[in-house]
Parts: sequence; structure tokens; C-alpha cells
Amino acid sequence: MKAAPFEYSRAADIDEACAWLAADDSARVIAGGQTLVPMMVMRLARPTRLIDINRIAALSYIRNDGDGVAIGATTRQCVVERDALVAAQVPLLARAIPNIGHAATRARGTIGGSLANADPAAELPLIAITLDAVLSYRAGEETAEIPAREFFIGPMITTLPAGGCLTGVRFSVWQGEKIGVGFHEVNARRSDFAFVSAAAQVELGADGKCKRIAIGVGAATDFPMRLDSAEQQLTGSTLDAKEVDAAVREALADIDALADLHASAEYRRRAAINLASRAVADAVSHAQGKKAQRNADAH
Amino acid sequence: MRIELNVNGTLHEIEVEPRTTLLDCLRDLLDLKGAHAGCEHGVCGACTVLFDGVAVRSCLMFAAQAAGTPITTIEGVTPGPGELSPIQDAFCETHGTQCGYCTPAMVLVAHALLADNPEPTRDQIVEAISGNICRCTGYAQIVEAIALAAERMRGANRPRSLSK
Ligand code: FES
Ligand code: FES
Repeated sequence: MKAAPFEYSRAADIDEACAWLAADDSARVIAGGQTLVPMMVMRLARPTRLIDINRIAALSYIRNDGDGVAIGATTRQCVVERDALVAAQVPLLARAIPNIGHAATRARGTIGGSLANADPAAELPLIAITLDAVLSYRAGEETAEIPAREFFIGPMITTLPAGGCLTGVRFSVWQGEKIGVGFHEVNARRSDFAFVSAAAQVELGADGKCKRIAIGVGAATDFPMRLDSAEQQLTGSTLDAKEVDAAVREALADIDALADLHASAEYRRRAAINLASRAVADAVSHAQGKKAQRNADAH
Repeated sequence: MRIELNVNGTLHEIEVEPRTTLLDCLRDLLDLKGAHAGCEHGVCGACTVLFDGVAVRSCLMFAAQAAGTPITTIEGVTPGPGELSPIQDAFCETHGTQCGYCTPAMVLVAHALLADNPEPTRDQIVEAISGNICRCTGYAQIVEAIALAAERMRGANRPRSLSK
């Protein structure tokens, strides 16, 4: 359990980090290190140089940004977890974060690190996809943005160009009176990786009908997916349990679900249907002003 | 590479390889054996230390990254030589320690929790230690220890008229 030798450089700013990255093909950025360090000690990753971006103050922020909330790549997950702006404006993110690892890993783990790592079972990619977040990165001298739905393309695979460094992510804020969110996941123990997770955000109109809805499912497929067809069907509906179940079931009918020792493809598909329906139901009661339920899916 | 580590209030100038984890550095170079090497890949929590007061896993950080931030290990929580902190005392009294392997980490997690929240509920205590595995499975006594310590620490430094 010892990493292979590497060189370590602490970047003072993003220019320096990107220049070093561009100069060395096998260099890697380290942010919170909560996934990279285990990969290195198990020798699944052997970068020749680590570029530490933890002390770049300009990459750690949470701010109001027009009609969205922008979060810097190295912002710690525990900081976002306790942030009042996030709780008020991006409640789905606030709802999902306590499910990431446990307190000690959220104390170091960063928002950008988890997104860049793109684990299919990770919560942050799911939330980014569900809320159509936009990721920004630097590669060499260039800065660019990618919508979350174009960023994740496979298990631990993203479209971030080689030599690129994620710099931040922007969540657009849904405006409206009655917004509600729901999040569920099932795992062997709380804090473990999810076998399946589901997130939903709804906006209800004055008539109580669904004005807008977003539903995402994570850990079931190579990267988190949106249930586009269900969203279309449910917009304008009353979101009653039967309708939701049917729409979600149809959207998940032909997915190519992951299978492993812990959960078969069939189990994942079934659990995804249930969790997505529950997430929508929670989001509806939340939007109606009822108290949100705690995650009690395990077992 | 040469780094300066601030551990338990003392500055140490040491030579480390970049690949030396904070855990190995504490144990092997600074001879602070209270941080235990369990899984060495972030699963068990036995290596927990306080990094700027916050509980983190020392096996998931390279020593070079820790330079410049105050670190507290179990050796740094006692008020004086031969004495125990109120949390350690409570662990002894409630039999919160069996083999002791997980104990330093549990005590440090409790320190971080109580510094932040002097009056945790049972659920909050359970949540706080949920990232730490006790292979002897003495969780009930550990939770009891932390609750007892919290109660005592709240009582300390308060006029008797205010204590229940
Ligand atoms: S030794 Fe660090 S978490 Fe197990
Ligand atoms: S007391 Fe033995 S591992 Fe916890």
C-alpha cells in the first residue's frame, strides 16, 4: 500500500498548474485526493508528477452568479454541505452531499475532484447531470465550458481534454415559488458507493400541476442518465404515483444496466425505478411544503 | 524533499519522499504511533488525525501536502504527561476501548465533533463515528463514551447553578 515514486509540485495559481500539466503527459492534478490517493497506493494510478491545486485560493469559492450558483473546483464538499446559499438556491445539491463518503472524506474531497473523477456511482456527477450544470476548465491558455451532459461519457471517462484542469461548475437556479427536490440511494452501508441513486427536482404551478421536472439516475449505467422521456410525459401532469411509476418504468425499460458482485443488472434496473419514483414523490411533497424525508433506503 | 510539519504544536523539519503519506510520516519519521495504519486506503478510519481541527484520514494525504497546516494526533490531546483528556477518560470508564486499535481515531473524531457541537444527539454521534470501523464492534460503548464526555465537558467551566 505505498504509491510508486513521483514528483510533487504545489501550484501557486492556475496558470502555473496548467503550464506544468501541459509540459508533462503523465502528470496528474491532485485536489482532495480521496480517490486518487487510494488509486495510487494500490498502484492503479502511477502519475510521475502530482500537481497539487489545493492551495490555489482562487479555485475555492461559492458565489451567486446571475441566475446560477458557481462553485470553484477545489471547494471542499464539507463547505458546500454547510453553505446557506447552496441550501437556498441549489437544494438538490445540498440534499445529496451528505451521502458522499463520510464526514472525514468530505472534509478533504472537493467538488471538482469528484466531477473530474466521473465515477458512475458518485453523487456529484448525478446532480450535475440532473440540474444541467455547466463545467468550466482550463487547458493550456484556453478556458472553456462543457455542459454536464456532454462531459460524462463513460465510467471514469470525461471529455476533459488531456492537460485540462477543471476550474469550476455552475448550477443554474430554478426560479419559481414551488420548487421541491428528492434524492435516494441504496448501498450496503451508508457512505459506501451507491448501487443505484436517483435525484429529482420539480416545479409545481399554482394549479399544483408539474411545470417543470428533472429526473436523474446514477450508478445504474456507465454514467448518470436523465430520464428525458419521463420528464416530457410528466410535465403538465399532476404527478400522481401511478403516472410517475409508469413513466419512470418506461424510461428505464431498455437501459444497459451495470452488473457486478453487489448488484445484478436486473436488480439495478428495478431499484432505479423505485428510487426514481420515490425521489419524484419526495420532490412533490417538498414543493408542496411538506417536510422532506430522510434517506432511509438502505437494506 | 524537505518539509516543515506542525504537529501537536511543535514544528518539525523533516526529509520525506513525495510519496510518503502523512500517516507513514507521523509513524515512522516522527515516531507518533497513535495514528494507526489499518487499511491504508481510506476505508477504516484508524489513521484519523485532526487537520486544522477537522478529522481527516492521514493515509489519504501525502506528508508534503500537509506542510503549513496544524496537525493534532492522539498524542497531542492530553492536558499533560500521564494525564487523559475528558474524552479519553470517558472511553476508559464506559469500556469504549477493547483491543484499542480504533480508539485513537475514535477519540479524535469525538474531539472534532464536540468542538463543533457540544451537545450532540445520539444520531449525530453515530454519524460522526460512522466512517470509523471498530473491529471489536464495541460501538455502543463508544457512543456512550462520547455522550458522557460531552455531558462532562458541558458541565465544566459552568457555575453550579446552571448545571443540571
Ligand atoms: S488506514 Fe487510513 S483509513 Fe484505514
Ligand atoms: S476496540 Fe478493537 S477495533 Fe475498536
